[in-house]
Amino acid sequence: MATKPIVKENVTIKFAGDSGDGMQLTGGLFTGNTALTGSDLATYPDFPAEIRAPAGTLAGVSGFQINFGSHRIFTPGDQYDVLVAMNAAALKTNIDRLRDTGTIIVNTDGFDKKNLRLAKYDDVNPLEDGSLDGYELIEIPITKMTRETLSDSSLGMKEKDRCKNMFVLGFLYWKYNRKMKETQEWLTSKFNQKPDVLDANLRVLLAGFNFGNTTETFTTQYEVKAAPLEKGTYRGIMGNQALVMGLVTAAKKAGIPLFYGSYPITPASDILHGLAAYKEFGVKTFQAEDEIAAICAAIGASYGGNLAITGTSGPGLALKGEAAGLAMILELPLVICNIQRGGPSTGLPTKTEQADLMQAMYGRNGESPIPVISTRSPSDCFETAIEACRIAIEHMTPVVLLSDGYIANGSEPWKFPKAEEIQPIEVKFSKSPSNGTPFMPYERNDKLVREWALPGTAGLAHRIGGLEKEANTGNVSYDPANHEYMVKTRAAKVAKIAESIPLLELESGEMGGDLLILGWGSTFGTIEGVCRELLAEGKKVAHAHLRYINPFQRNLETILKSYQRVMVPEINNGQLARLIRDHFLVDVIQYNKIQGMPISQSELQHAAKEVLAQIK
Amino acid sequence: MAVQVETSDAGNKLKAKDFATNQDVRWCPGCGDYSILKQVQTVFADLGLNKDKVAVISGIGCSSRFPYYMETYGMHSIHGRAPAFACGLKMSNPELSVWVITGDGDGFSIGGNHMLHVLRRNFDLNILVFNNQIYGLTKGQYSPTSEVNKRTKSTPMGSLDYPVNPGAFAMGCSATFVARSMDRDPKHLKEMLHRSYEHKGTSFLEIYQNCNIFNDGAFFAFTEKDKKMDNCVFLEHNQPLVFGAEQNMGVRIDGYKPTVVTLNNGYSKGDLWIHDEKDVFKASMLTRFFDDPSVEGHLPRPFGVIYSEDRATYEDKMFGQLDDARSKKGEGDLDKMIAGSRTWEIA
Repeated sequence: MATKPIVKENVTIKFAGDSGDGMQLTGGLFTGNTALTGSDLATYPDFPAEIRAPAGTLAGVSGFQINFGSHRIFTPGDQYDVLVAMNAAALKTNIDRLRDTGTIIVNTDGFDKKNLRLAKYDDVNPLEDGSLDGYELIEIPITKMTRETLSDSSLGMKEKDRCKNMFVLGFLYWKYNRKMKETQEWLTSKFNQKPDVLDANLRVLLAGFNFGNTTETFTTQYEVKAAPLEKGTYRGIMGNQALVMGLVTAAKKAGIPLFYGSYPITPASDILHGLAAYKEFGVKTFQAEDEIAAICAAIGASYGGNLAITGTSGPGLALKGEAAGLAMILELPLVICNIQRGGPSTGLPTKTEQADLMQAMYGRNGESPIPVISTRSPSDCFETAIEACRIAIEHMTPVVLLSDGYIANGSEPWKFPKAEEIQPIEVKFSKSPSNGTPFMPYERNDKLVREWALPGTAGLAHRIGGLEKEANTGNVSYDPANHEYMVKTRAAKVAKIAESIPLLELESGEMGGDLLILGWGSTFGTIEGVCRELLAEGKKVAHAHLRYINPFQRNLETILKSYQRVMVPEINNGQLARLIRDHFLVDVIQYNKIQGMPISQSELQHAAKEVLAQIK
Repeated sequence: MAVQVETSDAGNKLKAKDFATNQDVRWCPGCGDYSILKQVQTVFADLGLNKDKVAVISGIGCSSRFPYYMETYGMHSIHGRAPAFACGLKMSNPELSVWVITGDGDGFSIGGNHMLHVLRRNFDLNILVFNNQIYGLTKGQYSPTSEVNKRTKSTPMGSLDYPVNPGAFAMGCSATFVARSMDRDPKHLKEMLHRSYEHKGTSFLEIYQNCNIFNDGAFFAFTEKDKKMDNCVFLEHNQPLVFGAEQNMGVRIDGYKPTVVTLNNGYSKGDLWIHDEKDVFKASMLTRFFDDPSVEGHLPRPFGVIYSEDRATYEDKMFGQLDDARSKKGEGDLDKMIAGSRTWEIA
């Protein structure tokens, strides 16, 4: 190598191309390779809404973003340092988030007349009209060079062209001073049945790398060093994948079978797919006829003694509302996973939003309190899933677990736990009465929790249902005073959960400062990044992030009231903000973005500084 | 044979009254539901069922109060969804004898979708449809099985929609057991309840039930002594379709067309349609015997087991897959799952 690579602290790359260009795979392989360097990272895929939009169109662009660095990385990055554009449409849809001095790597073969027309460039080639001046533009005829590399291959033209993402990957491996061995091994195991495809991919990968090597006179090589991550064994993890493993783990830790009833819906379907692949754990998955049947079957399975889960996204949660209310009044354990997406109605299925908090809290008829907990990041889904199951079982209640599309499809390195380190979940089924005393299905313990009595148990035959019940006996009752008593008792039962969950701890900063930034869900990374930067500037800020939303943790009020101001950033129109005002009469400052995408660190930092400037 | 939930000790065999709860039964006096409740309790006792191994699951409607009156496990769920709860219960505990209680509104209107899917999936459970062709609990609107031009509070000029034919619906859903009975024929109803219980798979039993408040006499043409034998044909496997007060009428197939003939008038029993409850084509045609009994020359309405097929149940196949997965991959290992296939060390 002629010159030493320039060391950078962090880099954000966006891979963008047509749906068929293999950008998700390229991004995934680059991510795996980056993890091995020890850098911290976060990724986010950006799928087109249409499954196979016509090739070359703006609607058909598929993207994958990775942010990696030698310091802690909390988000996939606001702006890209490098944009890989496999065609004109990919450039057009992504150029606006490229840093002013960023690098564009383009496949010039994706900018012919047809591509320009489909990308609505009106025959003006952006590579030639000067509009990209200021960026570092690396133009490579990737399709042509891939074909030339494979001129003697027996593959057809289409199959050859499918290898062009490997050229990009090889080039980037050179550009970031990487070793390619594990990618070569991965390709070898993937294509071991197809030797000519394997050979083609390996050759094009190498060709891309060598192209970088031989053209280094006009482009620079970079390197990002390892981040100071905790020692240990890591893996990469996506949110829905972690959620799946958390549910399986919870069932094992509770010693009862897992039942998952669901109806396919973006972005929750991968939970169904993931669980369906774990049958050796005794996991039962049921693809129901609709959202309602999915939750009803889960309630039936819970009645029968399984750890019952249903998963969905916002529109599905709306359909499940009546049955969720039934689970609440039956007082049976159930976890409802809601992987939120842009709403209302069908909304933005492939975009992210946090706008179902009110629905989770209140989206049922009557007085129907249900615990609500939320997850903050891809790896956090694992623990949150276990916690949701623990609350459901130990408190005999449905629980809503809120994730979102950004967490579900995002990925990050995860220092995963050993199974033995995870606490068991206590399950106590009612036993047959020994002394002939009649069974009281709605008798409660000191936590106001009733027993879980399974059909099939001798001597416990009883009826449950959606009509108001008499205290203790569970018999149908229209008595006015009993109804009020039961409504208040069910609410008190949920409120009492606060006594058995851990206290809230600050993520960063100290008690009693100028500004608390309070968040929930997928805003975690953005808020934490902002807080750390502001703290480094000497500002008196802190970050608290809620896993428990109903009930809130016991010390939340003390924390809130120790700051001059409290700011609540959300990807909605102000839903947690409303709950905080309602519960604590704290005059919170809202920061809302409702564009189907995460809040960026730079915009939140700007907003936080404005608030800080007003504090005397 | 369905799940075995009989008590092992014949000496402790329960009586019908042992299946009754201490709750007051609150149906209107004279309601057909009383008869069905009594026959179900009697049959459960006759079968020697263990009340701890039975779960009765209902939706919403008059009939859906049923679980409160059965001294077994039970769930009064939400409108139309009882089949979905029952499926979930069966998948968690396939050893239970599960009975779904529904009505024409609960089962074919709000719950039509779940009825379709439970029938085709063939869980081993029993569905009793109390068909009274009216909405009783909401005080008398027409139902999806009401005849056209039904005048009710919600249809003062007559209803417009064509009625659902429950038997044909069930056959269309590829149900494995389809039968029909009536509240006013306890003997026949008990026999059909027995047959439903014995069927391994989803049994669909439609029961004509009189709502004496909002639709009194809807089925009198089939249930009352003076007309019953002329309007009903009681099916028996391998027996010809003979009916009529004098047992002198029959149904034969003329090409593809079933026609009513008079016996000893050029036709003998040997010329008649022989009922075969295993024949899906004949069964489908039988469910189309749906003529208005007041029309001259109408086909008789079939009662009895219309169709019965042996087909693997959903839950057996599901547990089979779990067993297969375990025998191929071994019992799941949490640590292996959590670590996945690609890990790296940070030293």
